[in-house]
Amino acid sequence: MERSLTRDPGFWIMVVIGLVLMIMGPILIDMFTIMQITQYVVLSVFALSLAYIWGFGGILSFGQAAFFGLGAYAFAVSSISMGDTTLPLVLSFVIPAAFGVALGYFMFYGKLSDVYLGVVTMVVTLIFWKLANHTAGPEYSIAGVRLGGFNGIPSIPTINIPGQPDAWLDPAQLFRFFMGVLIVVYIALRILIASDFGRISIGIRENETRAALLGYDIRRHKVIVFAIGSGIAGLSGAMWATYQSFIDPNAFSMEMSAKALIWVMAGGVGTLLGPILGVIGLQWLTLQMGMVDFLNSLVVLGAIMMVLVLALPKGLVPTFKSLGIAGWTLWRRGRGVSSGVKKVTSDD
Amino acid sequence: MAITRRHFMRTTGAAAALSLASPMIARAAADTIKVGGLHDLSGALDLVGIPMNQVFQMAIKEINEAGGLLGKEVEGVVYDPQSNMSLYSQYATQMALKDRVAVVMGGITSASRETIRPIFHKFKTPYFYNTQYEGGVCDRNEITIGTTPAQTVARIIPYAMNLYGKKVYTVAADYNYGHITSAWIKRFVEEQGGEVIATEFFPLDVAQFGSTISKIQAAKPDFVCSAMVGSSHLGFYRQWAAAGMKEQIPMISTVLGAGGNDQIVLTAAEGNGILSSFGYFEAVDNPANKAFLERVKAEYPTNTPIMSEISECTYEGMMIWADAVREAGSTDRDAVLEVIAQGKTYDLPAGKVKIDPKTHHAIRDVYIAELRDQTFAIRESYPESQPADTQMVCDLIADPNANKHYEISL
Amino acid sequence: MDYAIIVALEMIRAVAWLVLLAAGLAIIFGMMRVINFAHGEFLMLGGYTVVVSTGAGVNEWVAILLLAPLVVGIFGVVVERLVIRQLYGRMLDSLLATWGLSMLMIGGVTLIFGNTVQGVATPFGGVRIGSYQMPVYNFVLIFFAIAILLAVWAILKFTRAGLIARATMQNPNMAETLGIRTGWVYMATFGIGSAVTGLAGGLLAPVTGVVPAMGASLVGQSFITVITGGAAVITGTLSSATILGSISQATTFWAGPVYGDAALLVVALILLRILPQGITGRIFKRAL
Repeated sequence: MERSLTRDPGFWIMVVIGLVLMIMGPILIDMFTIMQITQYVVLSVFALSLAYIWGFGGILSFGQAAFFGLGAYAFAVSSISMGDTTLPLVLSFVIPAAFGVALGYFMFYGKLSDVYLGVVTMVVTLIFWKLANHTAGPEYSIAGVRLGGFNGIPSIPTINIPGQPDAWLDPAQLFRFFMGVLIVVYIALRILIASDFGRISIGIRENETRAALLGYDIRRHKVIVFAIGSGIAGLSGAMWATYQSFIDPNAFSMEMSAKALIWVMAGGVGTLLGPILGVIGLQWLTLQMGMVDFLNSLVVLGAIMMVLVLALPKGLVPTFKSLGIAGWTLWRRGRGVSSGVKKVTSDD
Repeated sequence: MAITRRHFMRTTGAAAALSLASPMIARAAADTIKVGGLHDLSGALDLVGIPMNQVFQMAIKEINEAGGLLGKEVEGVVYDPQSNMSLYSQYATQMALKDRVAVVMGGITSASRETIRPIFHKFKTPYFYNTQYEGGVCDRNEITIGTTPAQTVARIIPYAMNLYGKKVYTVAADYNYGHITSAWIKRFVEEQGGEVIATEFFPLDVAQFGSTISKIQAAKPDFVCSAMVGSSHLGFYRQWAAAGMKEQIPMISTVLGAGGNDQIVLTAAEGNGILSSFGYFEAVDNPANKAFLERVKAEYPTNTPIMSEISECTYEGMMIWADAVREAGSTDRDAVLEVIAQGKTYDLPAGKVKIDPKTHHAIRDVYIAELRDQTFAIRESYPESQPADTQMVCDLIADPNANKHYEISL
Repeated sequence: MDYAIIVALEMIRAVAWLVLLAAGLAIIFGMMRVINFAHGEFLMLGGYTVVVSTGAGVNEWVAILLLAPLVVGIFGVVVERLVIRQLYGRMLDSLLATWGLSMLMIGGVTLIFGNTVQGVATPFGGVRIGSYQMPVYNFVLIFFAIAILLAVWAILKFTRAGLIARATMQNPNMAETLGIRTGWVYMATFGIGSAVTGLAGGLLAPVTGVVPAMGASLVGQSFITVITGGAAVITGTLSSATILGSISQATTFWAGPVYGDAALLVVALILLRILPQGITGRIFKRAL
């Protein structure tokens, strides 16, 4: 993507759609559906974190849930003990990001790559999961908040207006706030990707050796990319915790990491819109499956995944993009011939 | 599953939009009383959730065959949370807000219960929790039918100690239920003058127990008490039998057989002699149970589910609620709760059941049974067992607005 | 003294357990660089084959040693032809496709067999070692772990088929040029890897509860063992299983299963940090 960000129509369309949804949503749509959509928004932020580090940094993490869970638990513990949610939100970005720096340092300065990196991230998530499950007894508490083990931490406060712990957001306001976060994250990521730093990261993704030979410090870049992704994942974890008002070790589960991978994969690695669509599609499908009596939900989800991988290997958005471009080119070519305009060369 | 699946009218967001456009559907909905069933039909807990749901459907059918409730048909709204907490939360909200059910039966683990209980409390939807658990829920909106440690553990420990001796070794699942149950075991053992030599906790996915079995052999207890949960933990009983320990040290369990499947997964050789205590076994001998079991067999002739406390209590919940609705003349929550709080005694397949107005928990008959050839044979019964543990912390008469799950510390 | 023997034997059993879990996956990953995320479900399928066939009256050992590998091996070949074949060289896509497959299998088995089937008891009973008792079956597990490793090694090293397989593994293009039908080699490899996994699942059936979702807790350990081991099939699996298994079991004896599990994970992390291509990425590099 060499076009400058401000000239990219896709970017502006996304931002406008987001803003419209954010402002008009609660007015036009009923409260229950808004609460559903809020869930998609939260998980979209999570998906974006993996979409960024994988699609634009070349880091395939099998354990993005580690940071999701860290952010969620950090938020839960700090918001219950502090009573106000403003600082906890910040912490839910900072703490996972710090851990991302540490883990990134451990991995990238050790030259771990592709599948081995994946397994390390998976192992780290497994460790967190096991630890979180083990904290059932009363001796496991941080800042006075019981970690609760398998049952998790209930009664997490809803986001409140900074400084006024009793003025917490109602579902409509929460939706708007989360949409705002999603839009901000999206814009921030797009700016980052279009910047020099982002270009270098993409270069590293394409060919690490070449980038190194060109003089860039790959390890440092990757650590920073990874840490940013971790922070965003942590923030989404906090949003999840406050949305559900409870959090349990499932935030650290393999399943959570798997879902992130599926969303990005299905939506299209290397795009930001795709994973968001992946979230909406798959979450909606899971919800519908639970309400239907005659099909085993796992069978359907599994079948869909397999079909997606075999039929749409690049993911939804890139596939539709290429289909769209192919169609557009054919149309232009047809027009060009009949009106004597210079022929359009085929796209690549 | 080889059994015939049933279809139910589903109310989804899309259907809600549809119902605005299609007056016929909207009219049909107003003529039925909706009851919600929230049990895991897939995922790790489906072993337990599916029989609960089968009994739930059967109860609805039974009520409708007797003429329905208040002149209307009862209609089941069934969602499958797929052993996933966030789905529990979503479906619970949906049942309360969108489907506007008159009552909900559901939740299996304490985690799922604590997720949905506050939601139903907030939206004033009556909620029946039918699973045995660790006690401590203080919430007028929840009727808790299942047994608590003060009813079961309190009985089986003295019984076992009388039979086998005073030194106990506990193995438990490493999560809240396991921790609390083992604390109760310790308390009751010490009350009887015994000693818990050691308590070991196992994460739910551990499947190798060799080291523990060796440690138990070294410790030489008089019997082993198991609060192990889940399919991986069944490996413990298997490996125990394989090590030849069955003849050496007797075993009791507060969990084995809870869902009705364990006794057939273990072979006779592995299971014989294990003692268990619950509020219901298929072997309970009374006319209500005979009729109940016959109906289950008639309703599900192939792959007939084995009835356990969990599934039978789902039936109890439905019947108690239906009876209360009839007596109150309405499905309004406060009217129904008022009738239930009167403390009527019901004749149910498990025996006599009464709801304690102080805690909205069940005062019920409790049994100790021994596993023999893959079925439980009742050895001892204790009528009218009080939920003494919850009574210690909860008084709904004094504080009707309570909304908390107390972790009873010992 | 007896306690020390018990601990040592349990450690060897833990190693054997990991070898059994990982062997099939190592064959497939080592030879084809394909990640089979449905590995846990292949184990489950082997376990189900044993449990269902013994329930129908088949002799237990026939079920474990013959039926389980056969059924799962054939299933593996089918999967390979239909799914994996499209995904050679695409490691990530194979991961996601096999993930979908695992969900499909869990759901499918639940639909067909329901949620519980009668289990199969552990054969042979206990053996006395000093004042302790241990299941004889532990020795069975150890025996088969060794047998499988030896068999695979022997085939790879001494038979023509093994030679062809190794050639395809090292340089598929050259192998094709020499007239080897690499498509067949991959199919056979996947089939054999699946059969070994089926055998492992069958061997595990008398030890743990067999339910549709049992694969979930087993797949993590398998993966960690294979990846930590590195590209070499035999040496990699054996070395990582030995290190991970013995340390984690020793920790379990000392501090309980939670710490034992944690120890396995931490050791794997350290190993991967020091040897980022797995153990056999650096040590025993040219070994099988």
